[in-house]
Amino acid sequence: MLTLLLLLFPLVASLVVLASGNKLAAKLALLFALVELGLTGYCLSVFLLSGSELFTVFQEWITDPKISLNLGLDGLSMLMVLLTNFLLPIIILTGFNRVIDNAKAYFSLILMMQFALLGVFMANDGLLYYIFWELALIPIYFIALNWGGPNRVPVTLKFFIYTLAGSLFMLFGFIALYHLNPGKSFNITELYNMVISKENQAWLFWMFFVAFAIKIPIIPFHTWQADTYKESPTQGTMLLSGIMLKMGTYSLLRWLLPVFPEGVAMWTPLIMGLCIAGIVYASIIAIMQKDLKRLLAYSSLAHVGLISAGIFTLNITGLEGSVVQMLSHGVVVVGLFFAADIIYHRTNTLEIDKLGGIRTAAPQFNTLFLIIVLASVGLPLTNSFIGEFLLLLGVFQYNYIAAGIGGLTIILSAVYMFRMFQRVMLGKTNEVTVNFADLHWNEKVVLWILVIVIIAAGIYPQPILAIAEPALRIILDNAVLN
Amino acid sequence: MVAEILNLRKVIIPVAVIGLAAILALTITDWGTTVAHYNDMVRTDNFSVAFGSLAIIITGLVIALSSDYYKNEQNHISDYMAIIIFTLVGGLVLLSYSNMAMLFLGIEILSLSLYVMAGSRKYDTSSNEAGLKYFLMGSFASGFLLFGIALIYGVTGSFHLEAINTYLASATTVSPLFYLGVLMLLVAILFKVSAAPFHFWSPDVYEGSPALITALMATLVKVVMFGAFYRLFSTAFGNLGDYTNWLIALVAALTMVVGNLTALQQVNVKRLLAFSGIAHAGYLLLGILSISTDATSALFYYSAAYALATIAAFAVAIPVFQASGSELVSAFNGLGKRKPFMAAMLTMALLSLAGIPPFAGFLAKYYIFSEAMSNGFFALLLIAIVNSIIGVYYYFKLILAMYTEPTDEAVVVKFPWVYVMVASLCVLLSLILGLYPNPVIQLF
Repeated sequence: MLTLLLLLFPLVASLVVLASGNKLAAKLALLFALVELGLTGYCLSVFLLSGSELFTVFQEWITDPKISLNLGLDGLSMLMVLLTNFLLPIIILTGFNRVIDNAKAYFSLILMMQFALLGVFMANDGLLYYIFWELALIPIYFIALNWGGPNRVPVTLKFFIYTLAGSLFMLFGFIALYHLNPGKSFNITELYNMVISKENQAWLFWMFFVAFAIKIPIIPFHTWQADTYKESPTQGTMLLSGIMLKMGTYSLLRWLLPVFPEGVAMWTPLIMGLCIAGIVYASIIAIMQKDLKRLLAYSSLAHVGLISAGIFTLNITGLEGSVVQMLSHGVVVVGLFFAADIIYHRTNTLEIDKLGGIRTAAPQFNTLFLIIVLASVGLPLTNSFIGEFLLLLGVFQYNYIAAGIGGLTIILSAVYMFRMFQRVMLGKTNEVTVNFADLHWNEKVVLWILVIVIIAAGIYPQPILAIAEPALRIILDNAVLN
Repeated sequence: MVAEILNLRKVIIPVAVIGLAAILALTITDWGTTVAHYNDMVRTDNFSVAFGSLAIIITGLVIALSSDYYKNEQNHISDYMAIIIFTLVGGLVLLSYSNMAMLFLGIEILSLSLYVMAGSRKYDTSSNEAGLKYFLMGSFASGFLLFGIALIYGVTGSFHLEAINTYLASATTVSPLFYLGVLMLLVAILFKVSAAPFHFWSPDVYEGSPALITALMATLVKVVMFGAFYRLFSTAFGNLGDYTNWLIALVAALTMVVGNLTALQQVNVKRLLAFSGIAHAGYLLLGILSISTDATSALFYYSAAYALATIAAFAVAIPVFQASGSELVSAFNGLGKRKPFMAAMLTMALLSLAGIPPFAGFLAKYYIFSEAMSNGFFALLLIAIVNSIIGVYYYFKLILAMYTEPTDEAVVVKFPWVYVMVASLCVLLSLILGLYPNPVIQLF
């Protein structure tokens, strides 16, 4: 019951916001998102006290093919739900004090997006999961299309078709699984226990992997990403980078590793190579970027490369690291894109060369932005440090050369992030930045919350690991060949 | 016609709709029974009841739309109504025939009505062209059909579907003439469902015909012809073996590819929908390929999903055509700002056609793909998937026009309430079917 409430509340909220007025929409959306967050907090406490069984929902839905309304929250899902519902009010709050036309549709779509994301993280039935996965694409597409930058039309269409192409291959994979499954269902436990021949696993693996790799994105499936991040409105970029790409990494853990252990074993070296190469490639491109948002997009690409590498190490350290880093990355990247939005809002430019000297004009912004940048490069005492450390440790256990190359990410990210910070924030004030106003109340609230979470999770990450571990062990038991 | 004499033109459409509702109710009461009528020329069974009901609903929706469409042509409205209903009669015959002669009769009743309707704008050259083109090409196909039936009769000695089937089951050697007959029959039917390479007539005819008739052709005719196609292959040629499979598979692949690739370049919305219809015919052919009980429901579900979405699209498009006097994609520019509700309806209809959940179009694709997979048509399935991706692109052209292009303020589009009702009803049904397909899927 609680699970259904948690899932359906954003949907109802989205419809209510759509029916409300444009002036009220942002406040109403924030209110709903906060209620949802409170609900999540309650669920978390129930989860910690009495375990995950309480959250299982099972209801027959479609008889042929056998699709059931099968929802559940284990540790991994719980954390992703927490991330989504924590970031949502923050993302909505970043839209305050900005001019957004047709605000009710905008915020309604954001809440709709939340609904779809929660569905993806909760679904325990393959086709149900697939439906939510597709559903998540529609609101984000229209957010980017209607409120995006000047070049949005071709960019968003490319994004849509690219991701849909991946999804359709996954659909193909699911249909094949359904027919291979003697029980003829998409139930996740049946899929975990299914015996699939090695030949079938070898190609089915790719049907799913391509869909996830496009979403994450893993090189060479990333070409939609930088442009889409750049052209989307800030809230859209945050949804994409903060939560939506976690759909991909989450799905690797949930739907790929445990279902196709032999396929994974067969292709891991190749995938690992792609991930590691992606880290270096994305970092180098990030260094060359002249546009702040594009730089952040490529830095995000480098980070998710490491997360994916951690997932394919198939050891508990790597998996734990990936989960911690998924959460950290979500928090940090939202902070970074918000900082970019604050700068753009005041100066009307994102070209790094034109900026500079913001520190003197806005000291408080400077400090908060610096902490987020430090978190992004994985400095100790920030949340990303734990994640990156565990990830590199996991990769090291898998292969020390890979870890060595992957470790470059820390150095390279320091290079591009600090260079960027230096040129944007430090130095002499110029005519573009001279009138830079310090933060509004909503900007302060958002950045402070993010910074507090970054530091808190950096000092005491134990609860995250404790929640994630049992679920990850189950996944690992299924994923590793005996 | 009677109404014309009594000068009751105003009430003719409500009467027609109510009459259709009554027929629908009568049809549905036949559910679960198999009865042969007219000396076993026609046989009603669950298949014909289900597809027949769908055909009646489609006709009802189209007639509801025509109340406004023909408001400037009150003089002939009873003629139009009569012909549309004749089309339906032809369709119903096609869904319940059990004799080749009835197949021919059904196709002729259907087609003759359509020839007239396509050319019904007497003073419009493009409408005349459409009518003539359709007539010439259609007659040619009918020739093939007759020839095919004759050859099959020559070999088997019967027009009756089941007699042909038993002949096939018992005969040790089948004369090659029989296969030639099947081939000719196939060509005629593929022509009627506008499958490639027999599709050339359809974009021209769709474009030239009055928009409402285009809607009728795109939905009713396609559904009915596929029903007839399926009936023929499931009863008469059930024992034919794999002889025609490779041919249908080839045609299906070609139809999907040609339909989608050509649709990409269209700027005229009617042509775009015509090519999208061709592409959908390709997917439906996948259903024909995998004939089994499941495929029946897959085919039925797909037809329903496709027809609902297409009618919704036309319900939004027709007033736009009329207001702007143009049938190009650019006529939809800025509709999202001017008429957000109807733009949203069209968007949802197109999303359903593109096969995106939670609309019926998604599960429809799923069922068809699943059938193809269980029958081992992997290569064809991959082609179908690639084509679905291409399909998204041209459906989104319309969506993009509505939401991103600047508005032309001079054009005021008015949506009569019937259009709003029909569009919302279709979208709602498509959503319900998409979320709760059980009743339809368990029909067979």
